[in-house]
Amino acid sequence: MQFPESWLRTLVNPQLSTAELAHRLTMAGLEVEAIQPAAPPFSGVIVGEVLSVESHPDADRLRVCKVNVGESSPLQIVCGASNVAAGQKVPCARAGARLPAMEIGEAKVRGIESFGMLCGASEIGLEDKVDGLLVLPPDATVGTDIRTYLALDDSIITLKLTPNRADCLSLIGLAREVSAVTGTRAYLPSQPPVMKEIYDTFKVEVHASEACPRYVGRVIKGINPDAPTPDWMVMRLERSGIRSISAPVDITNYVLLELGQPMHAFDLDKLAGGIQIRWASSGEKIALLNEQSAELSSDMLVIADSSGPIALAGIMGGAATAVGLETRNVFLEAAFFSPEAITGRARRLGLATDSSHRFERGVDYSNTNMAMERATKLMLEICGGQPGPVVEETGKLPRREPIKLRPKRVTKVLGIELTHEVMRGYLQRLGLTVRDDGETWHVTPPGYRFDLEIEEDLIEELARLHGYDQIEARAPHAGTIMLPVEETVHAVSLLRNFLAGRDYQEVITYSFVDPAWEEALSASDTRIALKNPIASQLSVMRSTLWGGLINALANNLNRQQSRVRLFEAGRVYLQEADRLRQPHHLAGLCYGPAFAEQWGVAERVVDFFDVKGDLENLPGIALEYRPENHPALHPGQCARLYINGNPMGWLGTLHHKLVQHFDLQAAPVLFEIELDVLGNRVLPRHQGLSRFPSVRRDLAFLVDQGVTVEAILKTMSEAKESFVRELALFDLYQGQGVPAGQKSLAFRVVMQDTERTLTEPEVETAVTQIAESVINRHGAKLRS
Amino acid sequence: MRNPNEIVAEALTAIRGCQDMPGLEQVKARFMGKQGALTELLKSLGTMSPEERKNAGARVNEAKQAVEAALKMRRESIQDAELERKLKEETVDVTLPGRGRGHGGLHPVSLTLDRIQALFRSMGFEVADGPEIETDFYNFTALNIPEDHPARAMHDTFYLESGDVLRTHTSPVQVHYMQSHQPPFRIIAPGRVYRCDSDVTHTPMFHQVEGLWVDESVSFADLKGVLADFMRRFFEVDDLAVRFRPSFFPFTEPSAEMDIGCVICGGRGCRVCSHTGWLEVLGCGMVHPNVFRHVNIDPEKYLGFAFGLGVERLAMLRYGVDDLRLFFENDLRFLAQFK
Repeated sequence: MQFPESWLRTLVNPQLSTAELAHRLTMAGLEVEAIQPAAPPFSGVIVGEVLSVESHPDADRLRVCKVNVGESSPLQIVCGASNVAAGQKVPCARAGARLPAMEIGEAKVRGIESFGMLCGASEIGLEDKVDGLLVLPPDATVGTDIRTYLALDDSIITLKLTPNRADCLSLIGLAREVSAVTGTRAYLPSQPPVMKEIYDTFKVEVHASEACPRYVGRVIKGINPDAPTPDWMVMRLERSGIRSISAPVDITNYVLLELGQPMHAFDLDKLAGGIQIRWASSGEKIALLNEQSAELSSDMLVIADSSGPIALAGIMGGAATAVGLETRNVFLEAAFFSPEAITGRARRLGLATDSSHRFERGVDYSNTNMAMERATKLMLEICGGQPGPVVEETGKLPRREPIKLRPKRVTKVLGIELTHEVMRGYLQRLGLTVRDDGETWHVTPPGYRFDLEIEEDLIEELARLHGYDQIEARAPHAGTIMLPVEETVHAVSLLRNFLAGRDYQEVITYSFVDPAWEEALSASDTRIALKNPIASQLSVMRSTLWGGLINALANNLNRQQSRVRLFEAGRVYLQEADRLRQPHHLAGLCYGPAFAEQWGVAERVVDFFDVKGDLENLPGIALEYRPENHPALHPGQCARLYINGNPMGWLGTLHHKLVQHFDLQAAPVLFEIELDVLGNRVLPRHQGLSRFPSVRRDLAFLVDQGVTVEAILKTMSEAKESFVRELALFDLYQGQGVPAGQKSLAFRVVMQDTERTLTEPEVETAVTQIAESVINRHGAKLRS
Repeated sequence: MRNPNEIVAEALTAIRGCQDMPGLEQVKARFMGKQGALTELLKSLGTMSPEERKNAGARVNEAKQAVEAALKMRRESIQDAELERKLKEETVDVTLPGRGRGHGGLHPVSLTLDRIQALFRSMGFEVADGPEIETDFYNFTALNIPEDHPARAMHDTFYLESGDVLRTHTSPVQVHYMQSHQPPFRIIAPGRVYRCDSDVTHTPMFHQVEGLWVDESVSFADLKGVLADFMRRFFEVDDLAVRFRPSFFPFTEPSAEMDIGCVICGGRGCRVCSHTGWLEVLGCGMVHPNVFRHVNIDPEKYLGFAFGLGVERLAMLRYGVDDLRLFFENDLRFLAQFK
């Protein structure tokens, strides 16, 4: 909502500066978004009258003018504007004037003395509508300061109104609010009925009286189509952000701004048959004023005549019946359409009009007739013509029911005590009717307050008028509680900090990704697509975090990074049959050297086992790694991760074909785990420490390449005595001395009993047992 | 018999000339070994008369003690010198950088979220979570935003083919939580939210923290107290100016916007605060009775306040980040600044 301060001050004029007034509005919930001066500062410009215009002797385009500025002798001014003519009133900057862009002094222009400058609009900081001088009306008083004459010492105030305050979408609404907030009396316009001069009426039938409980119309005949809109009205409209179009249209817009009542003027001669207010038939079409055509659905309310829809009720008029340059007879409309009948339709049609904006939020149904009278009066004054009688169809209008208000509840909600007198005062200042029934009051809001329906709404009004800042901030009194700290629950923050400590940088990437990434990286086939994505490369919900990580990698490589280690924790979105799952995932990516370049550490590229080492150390999480295939990962360097036998993630090197697809120099190592299936970690449980010595024996085997370490360890574990405390691989060797297709694996076997010292024969038997099981099961050879 | 004093003098000279342990051992052998000069002298005592032996024995003993003392002293000094040399040899340039793995870091939005959670946890707020793909009911209807309500236009909503939405705020978590818990409770719900809007000051995804306190007597004054306290603790400015302005949210009544004095310019006016001296940081209000009714909580018995704050906004102000989009570009040069 934008309006000139000067207009508001004609209705209510508190003794506050512009800035103070703006502050009061903001603190009352009508946020002032901007305050713009109507014109930039300038001085020394007055209304001048051009007495004579003569050619400049030495310049074709310049004229020498004599200008009356209200003093005994006229000023000689050289002027270059093409539209200058004797008899005109124009802004005249005298020598010494300070204009926004320059200072004016006495000067010789091509040898002729000039004592000032005649101004165009842009020279005094206004918008140029014509090329050349700003020609003023003939009745402008010579010598008047142009700032006064054009009312330029004015501010244009822009409010950011919340959707509940439709009542403030008009000057009278704002005046009422300013009056309530500041306690200054408002002088609201009233308009007694205009007497009919003719008997012409037009037939109106309301077929949707729930949607249109009130329709008021009037015929005005014989208006002057050439009548100009008066300057004062043009100024108010323009400073409210509405362009002047023609007098009849300007008048309806003016009433909309002044009273908040959207109005429409039809060209009476273009109407066929009577007017009907009805629901549209599905598929009906209308050509609108803005040259757009709309196809209607059956929940849209229209104004129709016998030819079909002629206006979208409460939204926009139709082109066919619009007032034009030849219009002499009009049919004026002022109606109350219920918000339910209007909301959403304009948006669906891609339209947003001043009218729909107001009807959606609620228009004062008790003000329809006054608006009609106001518009009629202005029409007669500006365009002439003869008014017919008012045609009115009124059905069941909304009623403002009394709202219960309990002063005790006010105290409970706000946390402060207000006296009954103070509360009553605030409510009355807002135009609410208060019936004090002791413990429970009955408060009735006026028709224009659509937002006041329940007790809490009234409490907010009380708080607003009292001032939110007058409510003391209080440290709440509540029972102190100690929050649970669940030690066996995996905290994501712990995992995040762990990975940061392992040299990973956290990133946050968008949850919607490029469908091509999903195509390349996702193990699932179903996509969750956005209906209205912001861009095609952000149009499907991610089912893996890898897309965002690889994208972040690529972006950083483009910025000359060579070593990138990233992780992200966030949800992914999976459509599994009929079920939508949104589990939390944790994923990481490593690319480039295993260690940052440094002295004393040989450079090598990060590989599968570096990242596996990070995962193995995830606090409290013991994963199982099984060789399985993932479409995005290298088939020979890919492990599916399991916890308690349940699959929960992947670790692997990016597949070569995707390395090319993403235009990378080398393959990053990736992992991704689902956090929601981690389950609880086991609370550590102390085991007694053995006081007896431990014995270590090493076993080295030659086995076929395809035998996994895990399989051997499993075999060893099954064959081990209970006193075997540790079985672990400590060396892998391939090369000289080992036959092709085989590998040498060395394991450590640590034995210790908690009750006694182990004897040599016991140890030997236990180790032999383990070694033989491996030899038998895996065809291994023991190396000596 | 040789004069023991001579031998001592000879030995002391030899000992003095020793530079290392093997040399010293040789000298020791020369004088004290099996064929050593002093050993020979001792042996010769046996050939003497008891009178002579007594006198000469005492002298030889003295000489032996003198040589042993000298050897001991020299041994210690050689050991000291050797240790000294070894230490010197082992000296490193301690200004050389340390080796091994580096340290990554957390995203500034995470740091901010952690900080917000820590502050509210210290006040007894539990952390709740909820889905990001939401039904229309949870995102709008249950929060008193009926279909076609103009307030929906305030939310530029992303829709899915299924008709579900990407949540436009964290407020739906309020509804989930209240459906499954009985008051009193205090929760915060941090997380991602989505709006179909992208320009210099908007990203289509950002983070919010929702807060909710429901009890039998929670008032607007309490709301002001908690949030003012939070902002002062968050920014670690004890006298941070705060103000509350009436506003409108369908799910709270009364509703308010909270402003803080600009932490960039101290309220004098700058580009960040659009020269107003104030920064809008969150929306809040008393829980609307209709929201309580949707989750079967009696609005006559219970009152509550709720708030929703923008995490990126706080992170920008806290760390002086001047471009929202930096948070999602994931440029390591930017992220590394928050280690």
